Parts: sequence; structure tokens; C-alpha cells
Amino acid sequence: MEQLVSLGVDIGSISTKGVLLSEDGQVLSEEYLWTEGDPVGAVKRLVGILFEKAPGPVSVRTVGTTGSARRLIGSMLGADVVKNEITAHAVGTLSRHPGVRTILEIGGQDSKIILIRGGVVSDYAMNTLCAAGTGAFLSSQAKRLGLEVESLGDLALRSQSPSKIAARCTVFAESDMIHKAQTGHSKEDIVAGLCRAVVLNYLNNVGKGKRIEEPIVFQGGVSKNRGVVRAFEEELHSGVTVDPESHLMGAIGAAILSRSASRERPFDPSLLEMTFTTKAGECSGCPNRCEIVRFYRGDELLDAWGNRCEKGLNR
Amino acid sequence: MDKQLVFSFPHMGDYHVVIRSMLGELFPGQRVISAPPTTQRTLELGSKYSPDFVCSPFKYNMGNYIEALEAGANVLLQTGLGCRYGYYGEVQEQILRDLGYEFDFLCFSRAHVKPEKIYRVLRNLECPLSMREILSVMMRTAESLRIMDALDYYIRENVGFETIPGSFEKLQKQLLKDLSEPRTMLQLERLKQRYARAAGEIPVKKSAMPLRVGVIGELYTLMEPFSNFYLEKQLARRNISVSRRMSVSFLLFGKKDRISLRESGGYLKYTVGANGVDSVCQAKQYAELGYDGLIHMKSFGCIPELNVMPALTRLEQDYGMPILHLSFDANTSEVGVETRLEAFADMIDMRRKKAYGTARVSGG
Repeated sequence: MEQLVSLGVDIGSISTKGVLLSEDGQVLSEEYLWTEGDPVGAVKRLVGILFEKAPGPVSVRTVGTTGSARRLIGSMLGADVVKNEITAHAVGTLSRHPGVRTILEIGGQDSKIILIRGGVVSDYAMNTLCAAGTGAFLSSQAKRLGLEVESLGDLALRSQSPSKIAARCTVFAESDMIHKAQTGHSKEDIVAGLCRAVVLNYLNNVGKGKRIEEPIVFQGGVSKNRGVVRAFEEELHSGVTVDPESHLMGAIGAAILSRSASRERPFDPSLLEMTFTTKAGECSGCPNRCEIVRFYRGDELLDAWGNRCEKGLNR
Repeated sequence: MDKQLVFSFPHMGDYHVVIRSMLGELFPGQRVISAPPTTQRTLELGSKYSPDFVCSPFKYNMGNYIEALEAGANVLLQTGLGCRYGYYGEVQEQILRDLGYEFDFLCFSRAHVKPEKIYRVLRNLECPLSMREILSVMMRTAESLRIMDALDYYIRENVGFETIPGSFEKLQKQLLKDLSEPRTMLQLERLKQRYARAAGEIPVKKSAMPLRVGVIGELYTLMEPFSNFYLEKQLARRNISVSRRMSVSFLLFGKKDRISLRESGGYLKYTVGANGVDSVCQAKQYAELGYDGLIHMKSFGCIPELNVMPALTRLEQDYGMPILHLSFDANTSEVGVETRLEAFADMIDMRRKKAYGTARVSGG
């Protein structure tokens, strides 16, 4: 018999995450792959892999999407629910850690903090203009040091006295880091210093003025870096939990949120084999010159966005 | 002066309708034009000819001026006062002159807003009206602003619940049309009553306890919807009742720093420039009224509003009312604002449901 599942997709700027969630909330199959600037292609691959990995035949009852490409992917998959990252992550994390009070999240391009009180989101913040406290910063600095970003965590743990690296801005951090390297600091110390810099930047920008209370759950791609986890524990003087599924919380949340929808027909994965195209164009109706994107499956217009007024060439 | 004067001034919301009608009365025989509507082009033009780090209203103003000059304006108006806004006029005039435009520039902050000085400025521009007539124009303009702001206030609270989409917007446009002509005090009084009644008659489907959000912050960003990505409309679409006390009539008649400072209840000890005190004072009032959340908006780099953020954070913790801080400038991403707003709307909704849940449990 086919098992009834919900599909959750969290499509970020750097990575694409997806899960098939059974009715009792178990992850039946999961996948994590790089977006590489092609969200449509990434999701095609993702869904294919998710079905392959599933333990038996499944029937997708509901679909939810989140992440920065949620709208595009939402219309591609005919999603029942398209949710922002804050709500999706909160719901996903709460399903695994019902008592959580603080969620720290550092992803590839953004970072956020979500405060949970009594099982609901009570406050949140996202970074605005700065990418210094994010994964992109770590991976660019890793490249500069000739290291793999995955190896940073273990290297950092070996450090006895982390270098002090200016954390306010990527540019400052980079010149400071080069300075430390040229004056003879070891790579371990520098990497540990970088991890600390990410944490300090995060706490000073995103976490500013927020009451960080235990239990704390840390997630997003950067949570896989044990050096950053340790730096958080030292700065906050408290334990920080990293769930083995921490990278999937957004996708799990999207899948859970989608369950409230009632859908007539199950999701048909063969639809994904068709070609999806986007056509961008400037509307010339007025000097606003809205950049309108139209999204097609084959010849069928699925959705269009970017339009600000009713006059525009939306359809 | 024998050449034809063409007056123009920067946009803010829909106020150009009333200002245009006022100038038309003050200078009969001269032309008054509203600057072309603010669009993306306005902002691009304005940003191109403005210092990069200036607050964004400056850039919008610049764009409006340039587009107005292109449309034939030769007398430009600026008010000034407040914070950095007090220097807008000086810098803007210089930039426009450097660009080679020829125009007269009227900046009220130079006249220190003293009635006799403004009178002299008007006389210099050959305003033929007597002092008494000028006063009458001013009073009727003030009344028009009050009528407009009162209707807008009601609309913000109710537009999210209208049963016939667009009915409030239609009413609003109608009022603007009625206010674009000179009116006597009696006519204005009738308009006021007519529109108050008409607004009340528009059918709304509102629950007894709708979600309520207060909007506070820097005046231009609050009052020019283009500059905040139509935030109030976005909230209304999520069935949220929006309250904003900031308006031109508030600035002219409702703003009293000393009283606001006292009413801010110790969250501020000193005034912090521009409307900072009002933001804190209003935030406290909304908190005491049990609002579900506040949105604090400012243009990027607005010092007075930056000054009040610690006070707002403290207030947020004391009252347990979430405050979302948003800053806008020419580089703000619309998608980023949407995501934050959506999360904010979800959050206050979840908090509300949770509060109801516990109430029911404790009530047996």
C-alpha cells in the first residue's frame, strides 16, 4: 500500500533541502544538495532523489515550501502552503524540541534568531545588510586559507588560544585575518578566531537586545561547524543543542504546515519532467518599470510576480 | 515679476492635492503643478544626484524636484525643520543649481516659520491676498488636512475587513477630488460629515477582536507609501487593523514634545530629535491599549529614530508586545521586507491564539 506523506522543501540561496514526512511526523527520506543558482533544476533533482530514497511507494498528499525561492518553487510544485523561513523553522524545530526557547540559525546568506515562549514565536530578528555573520563569510575565508569549509570545525577545536579577529565586517575580518596569518598565528588559532568572529557578529547584530534563554537550539548549515558551536557555548555560557536533522528543520516545518491543507489530487511527480521556463521583462506601463517575471510550465503560465499595480502586464 | 510662475513641491502621500489647492488660492493667475507621481525613476534620479548616505526622504525629494523642473516648474518649495531635514533645503537647492536648473527656491526653515517673515516671502512672490485672506486660506487648508487625515485613519483601521474590495479606496479618491477645489468653511464642514457618514456605511466584516498593529516611526517613511512598499496595505491584506497616529495634521496640531516626553513614562528623559519622543509615547499608548504588535519604520540612517530604539526595546520587554524594526532606503529589498512582515503577521496571530488557548484552559 502507498504510504501517505507530505513533501517539504526549503530552498535557500546556497542549499536546497527536502523531506518526505510520514503522517506521524517521521522523516522517511531526506536530501540536501547545492542550489547552485538554479532553484528549478535543484528541486527537480531533489524530488527525484527523495522518491528514490523513500522506503516504499508513497503518495504525496500535501506540499509545502519555504526559503528564499519559496514562491518560485511553490508554484512549480503546486504547493499547498508557501511559508516564510521564520514560521517554518519555528514549527519544524518545535516538532522536535517542544521545550525550546531560543533558536539560533545561521545559513548561507542570512541568519536569524527566533525566540519561542510557551510554544509560539514571541520575537525574531533577521540580519539585514550584513553577510559577515553567515556561512558565506566562513566559506570565503576558508578558500583564502586554502581549506575546505567542512574541515573548519574540527580544525578550530584543536586551537588552544583562538586569535582575536575583528568581527564587525567581512572586509575588516579579512584584513585582520591576513594580518594574523602574516604575524605567525597558526591556522588552528585563526580558524577558531573566525568561528568566534561569526558568533560575535551574530550576537551583536541579529541577537542584539534579545533575551537568549535555554534550551537553545542551533541550526542552519553553519551549525555543522563544531567550532562555531563551541564558540556559542563559550559566549552564552550555556549548552547549545545541534539536532542531527538541524539542516532539515525548515523543510520539516514546511511539510508540517502543509498538512492543514486539503488537496483533491495527490502530487504528481511526473509533472516535474516537463520544462519550466521563466521569462523576465520590464513593464513599460509607467516609469516604475516593474521587473515582471513570468513562470511557465511548458506553455502554461503558472504564476507571475514583480508587478506593483493593476495596470501592469501581469498576465 | 512678469514671467509666469509655476509652483511645485515634493510628494508625500496624497497631500499634494491639498497643498496644490492652497497654493492655487494664494497665487491666483500663477500655475501650480504637482510633481509627477513618485515612481522608480524618481528614486533613481534622486539617488543619482544625492549624497549616498543621506536619509532616503532627501532622495525622494530630489527626484520629485527634478521631475517637477522637467515638467516646467520654476518655483520649488521646501519646508525643512526638525532633524537633518532642516538642512535639506540648503543642499537640495545647491545640487539643483549645480545641475544647471533655473528656479526660485522657497525654504520655510530659512524664514524660521515666523508668520511675518512668511508673509514677506509671499509678498515678494506677488501674492495679492490680504493678511486676512491669507489666514483664511491657511485655516481652510488646515481643515482640509484634518478631514483627509481623519478619513485615512478610519480607512487604515478598517480596510482589511471590507467586504467589497476597493470600496474604501474609491471613497478616498473621491474625497481627494472634492478637496482639490477651493472650498468655503461651510462646504468643508459638510464634506466632513458626508465622508464620515459614507465611511461608516461601507460594509466591513470585522471580528470583535481583530489583530491590531500600530505603526510608528519617522514621518516621511510612514506617510509616503511608495517608500515603505505599501506596508499598510500589505498588513491590511492579512486582515490586520492598522493604526498610525502620524499624519500632517498630527505634526501641525497634535505634537507637543513636552507632554509626549512626560507621557513616555520614563522611557525617555530627553527629547531625541524630530519625532523620536512621539514614537516612544505612541508605542507606550499602543502597548497599554493591548495592541498585538508594533512596526517601527525609519529611513536608513535616521538618527532620531535610531535614538529611540533602546527605549522601544525596553518597552517591548516590559509589555511583552513585539516590535518589528524596519529601515528603508533606495537599496532595501522588497522581498526582504515582505518576508519579515509575513513572519510578523504569523507571529502575532500565533501569540493571539495561544493567549486565547490559555485563557480558555484557566477558565475551566
